[in-house]
Amino acid sequence: MNNTPWWASEDVWRKIAVWITAFMFVVLIFLTFDSVSKITAGSERVPPYSVINKRIGYEFNAERNMQVPVIGEQAPLFGQALTEEEAEALVTHGKKVVQGRNCMNCHTLLGNGAYFAPDLTKAWLDPAWGNEASRETLMTMFLKDPTNNARTFGSGRKMPNMNLTDEETRAVIAFLKWMSSIDTNGFPYNFKTIQQEG
Amino acid sequence: MAIGVLDSANLNGGQKLAVKYFTAAVALFVAQILFGILAGLQYLMPEFLYNVLDFNVNRMVHINAMIVWMLFGFIGAVYWLIEDEAGIEVVGLKLGNLAFWLFTSAVTVVVVVYLFIQTGPGTDTTRWLINEGREYIEAPRWADIGIVVCMLIFFYNAAATFMKGRWSGISGVLVLDLVALAGLYLAGMFYVTNISVDQYWWWWVIHLWVEATWEVLVGCIMAWGLMKTLGARRKIVTTWLYIEVALMFGSGILGLGHHYFWIGTPEYWFSIGGFFSALEPIPLVAMVVHAVYDSGVHRFKNANHPALAWLIAHAFGNFFGAGVWGFMHTLPQINLYTHGTQWTSSHGHLAFFGAYATINIAVFYLAIQKWRGNVWMAGGLADNGWKWKWSLALLNIGVVGMTMALLIAGYEQSFIERAVGGSTWSGYFAAQTNPWFMQGMWWRQLFGWVTAAGVVLLVWDLVTIGRGETRAAEMPEVEAPEPGGAAATAGA
Ligand code: HEC
Ligand code: HEM
Ligand code: HEM
Ligand SMILES: [Fe+2]
Repeated sequence: MNNTPWWASEDVWRKIAVWITAFMFVVLIFLTFDSVSKITAGSERVPPYSVINKRIGYEFNAERNMQVPVIGEQAPLFGQALTEEEAEALVTHGKKVVQGRNCMNCHTLLGNGAYFAPDLTKAWLDPAWGNEASRETLMTMFLKDPTNNARTFGSGRKMPNMNLTDEETRAVIAFLKWMSSIDTNGFPYNFKTIQQEG
Repeated sequence: MAIGVLDSANLNGGQKLAVKYFTAAVALFVAQILFGILAGLQYLMPEFLYNVLDFNVNRMVHINAMIVWMLFGFIGAVYWLIEDEAGIEVVGLKLGNLAFWLFTSAVTVVVVVYLFIQTGPGTDTTRWLINEGREYIEAPRWADIGIVVCMLIFFYNAAATFMKGRWSGISGVLVLDLVALAGLYLAGMFYVTNISVDQYWWWWVIHLWVEATWEVLVGCIMAWGLMKTLGARRKIVTTWLYIEVALMFGSGILGLGHHYFWIGTPEYWFSIGGFFSALEPIPLVAMVVHAVYDSGVHRFKNANHPALAWLIAHAFGNFFGAGVWGFMHTLPQINLYTHGTQWTSSHGHLAFFGAYATINIAVFYLAIQKWRGNVWMAGGLADNGWKWKWSLALLNIGVVGMTMALLIAGYEQSFIERAVGGSTWSGYFAAQTNPWFMQGMWWRQLFGWVTAAGVVLLVWDLVTIGRGETRAAEMPEVEAPEPGGAAATAGA
């Protein structure tokens, strides 16, 4: 026909393109089924919403060579144990507040978002909340009035008042507590948690 | 045909619609820069617009304006070339115009709501009417649906026009790519409480757009652009396009895994994401080779110097911004420390500018040339072409300068916050208040102003270039696709 070698042939490359694309897509679909099943709430990597009734830690695991969340004994959020349904409703409200107030265009969650403010993946465990006894009070105070409870660590960069209601604040804290229990393969690295009993 | 004056009689139907998209795109580009400057200033002066127009609002407008102006540019580019490529008129031009006005009004309403209402209570109504609160796709649900409708109209116009006229290799790839591009948007249109599942699908939209479907879309525009500016041969650019598709989808689809290291997903993504994303630079190298080789073969002889200069800027910008800057933080061992730092921002700026702003600007220059009656835009322009040359220089120096400043800040942040400080609240601010970081932010702002100056000059140049010019350009003929040949079946 003509003397174009096969490797410069339009036809050959068109077929290669189609087959590679189709193959990669199929593999991705397969992996997606697997991954999504492993991250549904209540799986090993992503605990159920009722985990907010428990103490959550983040400890070094020698076998995996990284820090992993550790779920401890009963330690209900605001001293009030919730059923699975109640917990899910509360965390859902918290997530919707986080979206509605656009927190992610200042903060990162699981490391994704904006870089103007601290990562919130383990905010529930942050040592800046003092200790377990003071944590819930200090978090509530801060979220309700970040201007007057600002820390800024010398940066002068304050969080604006997001006008959260009491209910919204409680929901956001529940969401943050639940998020801190997700197994994120050791991110953030070297995080030092708040003082907690074992 | 009037030379040197803007006359829509110089344009075919698709092109008349295209210039509307381009005009809106340029306006949004200016808005992007304005809000970028405001957001950058808030790093330096925390009290600036505090509680009035907070950082999250400025940033949201900054990145949303960017996504929309680039999409407008792409849609415009397709309408620009479609009648030439298909050999007939656009089938649904009225509908296409309607979609343009729908899209533009929706964007205007969304931005006004962002600026004046900003946020809402934690209810479904907020997500439907005000803000979805997910980076890049913050647009409320009603606007999502509007966007999908407009994309469907656009897709119908593209597919039906080629179907009725003729197919080519380029148009076949283009149409299939548009299906994927529009389909992916749906993956970002539902609510879930589970943040791991949320981010899993969110990355489908973001990553599979910029590192797969958008890359292939600009590959198509590039292929056509090289024929248009240099007179490159259709067979060669089409073959290259197939190679690029194979390499880009071959690496980019599973390269998605580089976003699944830390969001709760299983550990096997370390190897899959790390391996395939590390291959992603290969097609970008191929693109540079292709562009430079073609330019060399044709001895850079071309009738639109600014457009060719921006096409070459695209090939290099894509390679450095996406290929090199992306590669540098794509392995999990490194990403553990750079994840979600100014490092990411450094890459984001160079990649979006280098890969997508550049090629859009090239198309704007092609458009303005034809709009003024195929006016002379090669060497020896009236004022020596100082405006396009300076805006090219200022924009590139500005963005590269910002990228370097952010990179230095990012290194410091990775070290002080992510490695030593353990990413706590105090660790975060230890990094933010470090002199290396603070100076980085000042330099970013300075180069931001340089970028802004480049944009001003670009707009001025687009408005004036070729005005009053009397010489006509010697445009190369774009080879028509072979009737019946292999290309004709490519769409099937
Ligand atoms: C305009 C940017 C901005 C927005 C929007 C924003 N924040 Fe903040 N946030 C900050 C800044 C800045 C700090 C650090 C404040 C300080 O040190 O005083 C902060 C601190 C925090 C902290 C403490 C940090 C830590 O590591 O524990 C939490 C928790 C928090 N924000 C949650 C939220 C939530 C929830 C939202 C959305 C409802 C939100 N923020 C919206 C800027 C913002
Ligand atoms: C033109 C193509 C590309 C564009 C426009 C682009 C843009 C971006 C943007 C904006 C982000 C930040 C997303 C966010 O806000 O969270 C990002 C993240 C990332 N990109 Fe790219 N990118 C491109 C190509 C690439 C390539 C080819 C690679 C790898 C070789 C790559 C590697 C990464 C990685 C690893 C991240 C995650 C950063 C983190 O962990 O914080 N990118 N990209
Ligand atoms: C005037 C110049 C500009 C300034 C001052 C500026 C400033 C900023 C700031 C402050 C942010 C927020 C980063 C953070 O969360 O900390 C940002 C984000 C971003 N900007 Fe710009 N910007 C400018 C121009 C551009 C241009 C020209 C582009 C691309 C075409 C661009 C693309 C982006 C992207 C993709 C992000 C999101 C990055 C990420 O999430 O990683 N910006 N910009
Ligand atoms: Fe990616």
